[in-house]
Amino acid sequence: MARIDCNHIRHAYGPHPKSDKDYALKEVHHAFEDGGAYALLGPSGCGKTTLLNIISGLLYPSHGELLFDGKDVTNLSTQERNIAQVFQFPVIYDTMTVYDNLAFPLRNRGVPEPDVDRKVRETLDMTGLADMAKRKARGLTADQKQKISLGRGLVRSDVNAILFDEPLTVIDPHMKWVLRSQLKQLHRRFGFTMVYVTHDQTEALTFAENVVVMYEGEIVQIGSPAELFERPKHTFVGYFIGSPGMNVMPVAVEGRSARLGSQTIELPGAPRAGITGAIELGIRPEYIRLGASGMPVSIRKVEDIGRHKVVRASFEGRDIAAIIGEDEDIPADPKIAFDPAGINIYADSWRVEMGG
Amino acid sequence: MERTWNNKAWFMVLPVLLLVAFSAIIPLMTVVNYSVQDTFGNNDFFWAGSEWFDEILHSDRFWEAMGRNLVFSAIILIIEIPLGIFIALNMPKKGWGVPVCLVLMALPLLIPWNVVGTIWQVFGRVDIGLLGYSLRALGFNYNYVNDPFDAWITVIVMDVWHWTSLVVLLCYAGLVSIPDAYYQAAKIDGASRWAIFRYIQLPKMNRVLLIAVLLRFMDSFMIYTEPFVVTGGGPGNTTTFLSIDLVKLAIGEFNLGEAAAMSIVYFLIIMLLSWVFYTVMTAYDAEQ
Repeated sequence: MARIDCNHIRHAYGPHPKSDKDYALKEVHHAFEDGGAYALLGPSGCGKTTLLNIISGLLYPSHGELLFDGKDVTNLSTQERNIAQVFQFPVIYDTMTVYDNLAFPLRNRGVPEPDVDRKVRETLDMTGLADMAKRKARGLTADQKQKISLGRGLVRSDVNAILFDEPLTVIDPHMKWVLRSQLKQLHRRFGFTMVYVTHDQTEALTFAENVVVMYEGEIVQIGSPAELFERPKHTFVGYFIGSPGMNVMPVAVEGRSARLGSQTIELPGAPRAGITGAIELGIRPEYIRLGASGMPVSIRKVEDIGRHKVVRASFEGRDIAAIIGEDEDIPADPKIAFDPAGINIYADSWRVEMGG
Repeated sequence: MERTWNNKAWFMVLPVLLLVAFSAIIPLMTVVNYSVQDTFGNNDFFWAGSEWFDEILHSDRFWEAMGRNLVFSAIILIIEIPLGIFIALNMPKKGWGVPVCLVLMALPLLIPWNVVGTIWQVFGRVDIGLLGYSLRALGFNYNYVNDPFDAWITVIVMDVWHWTSLVVLLCYAGLVSIPDAYYQAAKIDGASRWAIFRYIQLPKMNRVLLIAVLLRFMDSFMIYTEPFVVTGGGPGNTTTFLSIDLVKLAIGEFNLGEAAAMSIVYFLIIMLLSWVFYTVMTAYDAEQ
């Protein structure tokens, strides 16, 4: 396992990139720590698969360098980098048995047969495929096939990292959960460096200790699931993570208070002086209290989604969402209050630190 | 509920029945009819029983033609299948080269069979043909008209030129359907070029290859037009395949009884072999 450093990596698919727009990956400068479990989260086309393929060597970056444990691997081939990758659709060798599928990467590298056998048996146990070792791989279900793909990575004990490119896309919902927890277990037991690409926030938040959120070819925030939830660095992170996403509204800030239409909202601290650009206030629906006191709203719709209710309302002429408990009632004259702990201030979409 | 029986529906099928009768059943029965009768002219036929079949099955001429057919089909498959795979593997998968290659490959398939025969007949001639003349000029004693070996080579090369494209196009269709992820995974697994072919490309081409083998076998087993135009079955009988022999027998020698018996045997052989292929293919599908 290895630490992976991306040093100012930029990538463009076209031959002569001119402006920032031509880059699928604008600039990524980040270190994936040895033994970490990372999720690359973002919408389609944000550059997450590009970044993954650059790490695995299926793509070579236009600029920047890639280091494994401090060693420059930018120009090495996929094989020389010694990584494992699990793809969106299960890749298996149809004509081989499960056992031979797992043995394939080792035999290709000329590992002696007794060692192959030992490693393959270990991997079969790890992935829970032991009882189907002798079966032809083609008749298996999608989740078993995806385990074989993963197993072909695990079987090489010296891999630098295991990369996942939306590996659960074709898996049935109930198996998704099982596979995800097995992956987590494998990570805890063996400490592989894992990078997991997904556009599904639940997948990212449950799998990874560190979630890397990407947006339009850039990393907008790296953090634990809690950090992403409570302190989104960019309004995009606010929108993208959480259901429903963060409420973002334009405000005018004066000292420790923000003004929105006729309302004044108390801030947890004063944003540093001299912030410019479009100032916005962001608050997650979870931090909005609905009650008899506060600022008046008119409720448009209440969605009961099981564990809680989502209230869609109109506040100072803009849409706002709030989450209330399953058993809470909607007051006759609804008013809302913002919990200061959940308030973030953004200037030109980027979060502004607030002093006490 | 009372069921209404209405036999008028049968009238709807009648046109098709008539069409099939005229195009297939009646001609076939005519052949059967000829195969069990003999005539000395005047349209007087008399019963001959299995005489013609005895004669055909004990005729060296028939078995020699059959042998030539089998050897020819075997050579064709041995050359065209691997060559077709090889060309398909080396064709570009994207870019401007794809349409160019596809058109080049499709060209021989678009030429009528007798034209292909004529092209090679002229091409191979030693007096005016580019191939024949050049080989002569280079010192080879090439002459497809009186050398059986040269005649065979010419007919085989002609068939390879004409039909390898079909194998190429079928294999190519199988190859382009392989997702990129397979090649990427193979790279990561450290697979050699041979391993990629053996474990990814060949299994994915399996189905189309079976179809290619079936089509090339059947077509080469009933080959007629091209060798007939080039060699006319000669020199001697050396390139006389079953179909050419059949025409000689029926039209050249007006030996209708024997020709009819031969047609039926030929037909049964082709049906048997097609059945074998069909069984193999469906068994293979079931295994999938």
